[in-house]
Amino acid sequence: MEINEQIKKLIGENDICLFLKGTPDAPQCGFSMAVSNVLKHLNVKFKGINILEDEHLRKGIKEFSDWPTIPQLYVKGEFVGGCDIVKEMFEKGELKKLFEEKKLI
Amino acid sequence: MPLPINEITKLIKESIPDASIEIKDLKGDSNHYAATIKSKLFNNLSKIDQHKMVYKSLKGKMGNELHALSITTESK
Repeated sequence: MEINEQIKKLIGENDICLFLKGTPDAPQCGFSMAVSNVLKHLNVKFKGINILEDEHLRKGIKEFSDWPTIPQLYVKGEFVGGCDIVKEMFEKGELKKLFEEKKLI
Repeated sequence: MPLPINEITKLIKESIPDASIEIKDLKGDSNHYAATIKSKLFNNLSKIDQHKMVYKSLKGKMGNELHALSITTESK
């Protein structure tokens, strides 16, 4: 339960929260880098959480989202998707629209 | 442990029988794939739920034996 509380706090306190391998400036995996770059490109402020620093969090986030892979993007507390979905939304202009709707850009 | 394409196709077909599946081995190492999957079962599901259905069909192999599988899902 404790890890779930920690995750709820993170996604509650940060409007755009990206769980990734590494940091936004030094991603340790191509998929994490791709999502970081999309967010940077859209010029939104986001919190990067490096799951490689915390094994409990790494396992916990997968269970919390019922999603087996990293990265994972949360916007306003809601799970948006992993790398494939985020890239697809970006390409279709849907990600920008989502951020606009949530008044984040 | 790499997972061959025919094994991935078989697993997905078991859960999503009507699926049209196209898988590319991106690096030729049986470890980095891109899959496009079309199924009627995806109709009216969110992208998140469509991808979850594919992940579930792989029975926990995603993120373990299977390191990298990009997924594109489409309804039929």
